[in-house]
Amino acid sequence: MSKIAQAFAGGKAFIPFITCGDPSLETTEELVRRMAAAGADLIELGIPFSDPTAEGPVIQAANARALSGGVTTDKIFDMVERLRGDVSIPLVFMTYANVVFSYGKERFADRAKAVGMDGVILPDVPFEEKEEFADTFQSRGMDFISLIAPTSEYRIARIAENAKGFLYIVSSLGVTGERKEITTDIAGMVSLVREHTKIPCAVGFGISTPEQAEQMARVSDGAIVGSAIVRMVEELGVQAPEQVEAYVRAMKDAVRRA
Amino acid sequence: MSAGRFGIHGGQYIPETLMVAVTELEEAYEHYKADPEFQKELTALFNEYAGRPSLLYYAERMTNDLGGAKIYLKREDLNHTGAHKINNVLGQALLAKKMGKTRLIAETGAGQHGVATATAAALFGMECVVYMGEEDTIRQALNVYRMRLLGAEVIPVTTGTATLKDAVSAAMREWTRRISDTHYCLGSVMGPHPFPTMVRDFQAVISREIKEQMLEREGKLPDAVLACVGGGSNAIGAFYHFIEDKQVRLIGCEAAGRGIDTFETAATVNTGKLGIFHGMKSYFCQDEYGQIAPVYSISAGLDYPGVGPEHAWLHDIGRAEYVPVTDDEAVNAFEYLAKTEGIIPAIESAHAVAQAIKMAPDMKDKIMVINISGRGDKDCAAIARYRGEDLHE
Repeated sequence: MSKIAQAFAGGKAFIPFITCGDPSLETTEELVRRMAAAGADLIELGIPFSDPTAEGPVIQAANARALSGGVTTDKIFDMVERLRGDVSIPLVFMTYANVVFSYGKERFADRAKAVGMDGVILPDVPFEEKEEFADTFQSRGMDFISLIAPTSEYRIARIAENAKGFLYIVSSLGVTGERKEITTDIAGMVSLVREHTKIPCAVGFGISTPEQAEQMARVSDGAIVGSAIVRMVEELGVQAPEQVEAYVRAMKDAVRRA
Repeated sequence: MSAGRFGIHGGQYIPETLMVAVTELEEAYEHYKADPEFQKELTALFNEYAGRPSLLYYAERMTNDLGGAKIYLKREDLNHTGAHKINNVLGQALLAKKMGKTRLIAETGAGQHGVATATAAALFGMECVVYMGEEDTIRQALNVYRMRLLGAEVIPVTTGTATLKDAVSAAMREWTRRISDTHYCLGSVMGPHPFPTMVRDFQAVISREIKEQMLEREGKLPDAVLACVGGGSNAIGAFYHFIEDKQVRLIGCEAAGRGIDTFETAATVNTGKLGIFHGMKSYFCQDEYGQIAPVYSISAGLDYPGVGPEHAWLHDIGRAEYVPVTDDEAVNAFEYLAKTEGIIPAIESAHAVAQAIKMAPDMKDKIMVINISGRGDKDCAAIARYRGEDLHE
């Protein structure tokens, strides 16, 4: 079992996402430590990209802030290395294909492994293009995380059969961002997955409240939250970590109730 | 390797949510491409609505003035809506209608593709939303008005550099949100498969006509075909039926902006490197960490940091040449063609005219075709500004 799969072994998981370098890498480091202390089971670290086509306005703006602040892929690797001195929960990168491709996928994967990453999510690499990247990470003991969407339907079987780590279930059509309600039949998607694999399924896109997290975790293995946390960071800047810690604690409690 | 490859380029690098949409599109396109009824309807639209075939005009004064190659202009500027963009849009709108879609979304740079899409939407009774970089809505205010007049909603995009690439991203995001009734009418030979192939097929009418017209007029093929390249749809349209005719030089003219040795350029093949963006693998202007670079050209239609995957491949195999043309050269050519032939080309097309002016004198007894992809009315205010004159339209 990979370290990522183990993150789900102790019950329903809560998975926060933050954009690295927003507003600074020092703040990102503190956020990771506090989120881990508050009970986050796995953390997604966004490596900013200039044109993040799967993101809504909140995370787009975070990417722009981080890049204008001068963050680079190398500086993020260095930050992870520092974090690994005391943070042991699984960490996965969430970024775009070109960030990995331009760095050199082997070089990227070598460095990611060396600093202690556990996996990677590339939202613009669907099943059809996965072969180009997946083995590079998996042969180094990291998971290449697959996504399924409300439109996946007949595609779910082959995506699920090949999935590693956990399966990222995109809750709704559209890009990332908070939503008042999630109307997709998540339970139906999870049961389709279950026909093919036992891999943990975590639901993301649109979740911001403890009620939503609980509701999603009840029909899956965990909840992923990005925009709601990134928005707190946007509003509070370097003061954000304390409030984010409290938020993660509340969200973890909510998924535990599920 | 996945579908829709041109050598190593192309592919389908898009979010999982959109895979069903491009797969559905691919299946529908493969079906209708082979359907004589569809082709008949499309040809009727081309001939009776868009005004095809477009003229192949012998530019005698330009030929004499430059004293070298015999120069022909392929007059895509004479098409309905004033550019080659209508060829692709009529194809996609007809296909979308057959697929049961009721809404078209599109990105636009100079506004020509947006106007063409708004036109087709009006013609087919479909809803239309066009995403346009805010910067471009200012540069091309007249086209914004035209789109609204045609019944389309124009949404200014303020993210990133607020130009064409951001308009593409915004349209992709919107498509992710609303797939079932919406077709994304992409305007160039770019994006995920099947767009580069499908758009090329719809634009290939340009080279099919050039070939027929040239054989009729001259009894032989041209020695060179020149076209401007942003994403590259008019260029691939003008090149396609000559790819197998190895003696025909194919020359794509990229927007060098203030020069390829500056950061203010959009010459992708000349200055970019291999990458993955907007659904495709191709050449992109980007920094060492793969962040897409802000590009610049006086031409909003060429102001894009990537190039279509088939062009990237034609470059790799050496079949087509991609040359940089600066703002200054393009503006001079814009004015030159107006004064010499009484034809005001789009500033995009003027990049190809500029390259022709450079090459023609050394091509005695040779024949050259320049694809005049669009007309230049939309650019007059911007060119006047470039020359220090402020027009109030």
